[in-house]
Amino acid sequence: MMTGNQIMFALFSAMIVAFSILTVTSRRILRAAVYLLFVLVSTAGLYFMLNYQFLAAIQLTLYAGGIVVLIIFSVLLTSHIGQKFEPAGLKKNIFSALAAISGAILTIINILDYKFSATTIAASEVDMRVIGKGLLSVDHDGFVLPFEVVSVLLIAAMIGAIVVAKKGGPGEPESETVNK
Amino acid sequence: MNTGIPLQYFLILAAIMFFTGIYGFLTRRNLITILMSVELILNSVNINFLAFNRYLYPHKIEGMFFSLFVIAVAAAEAAVAIAIIINIYRRFTTINVEDVNVMKF
Repeated sequence: MMTGNQIMFALFSAMIVAFSILTVTSRRILRAAVYLLFVLVSTAGLYFMLNYQFLAAIQLTLYAGGIVVLIIFSVLLTSHIGQKFEPAGLKKNIFSALAAISGAILTIINILDYKFSATTIAASEVDMRVIGKGLLSVDHDGFVLPFEVVSVLLIAAMIGAIVVAKKGGPGEPESETVNK
Repeated sequence: MNTGIPLQYFLILAAIMFFTGIYGFLTRRNLITILMSVELILNSVNINFLAFNRYLYPHKIEGMFFSLFVIAVAAAEAAVAIAIIINIYRRFTTINVEDVNVMKF
């Protein structure tokens, strides 16, 4: 008899496996993006099951709400909707599948072989107060340095994305002059 | 909490997701679908971090912070990658990796 937890885990993991395989095999790019959205939402469900509510909310807003929308926008800008990819060559397909399946089997055998020592320590509550203190404290379990590095990285990425995607920078090729 | 779900199940799930991403990364030719495979790979790593943290070190929150930073880096990476993809499309009118083989400015 399965408990509710196990049923939810089975549901989420089945959704993750099925939709991630569909993401990499679907021949219509917009559908692949929507399957990716399903994978990310089911992953947020797994985070809820593990009691990381904050991270699940981050996953939903940032991944499912931000990155997937960005990907769908760029799909709409760069491809035709009804267009189908021609499938990859048979040889490439076979060897890639072989590499992926053998790697997965090797990893799973090792995981099942390893004896993880179960812990008996009581779980600590992960609420917003703990997360905020952890992100900004400077003592030995604080994360203020990576926090600052990530904020610099985000600014650099924002400026870099604007500069790269800007139209008509120095060295813009012929397409500008053709239009004139 | 997670009664009846061993840690290994989470790890196996993450491994399957990771290698699906690897397969997509190797077979896809469209730059955006390659980016989607990379997102799958990063996501599976996050599941691993959180499962290890919850099952083996439940009194600490290091794994959660690692996942948080991985998500931040993934967002930055996706933004820059899509800017580059759009720029490539503007120059070559295609984002097929086999047709984009010139690095001339």
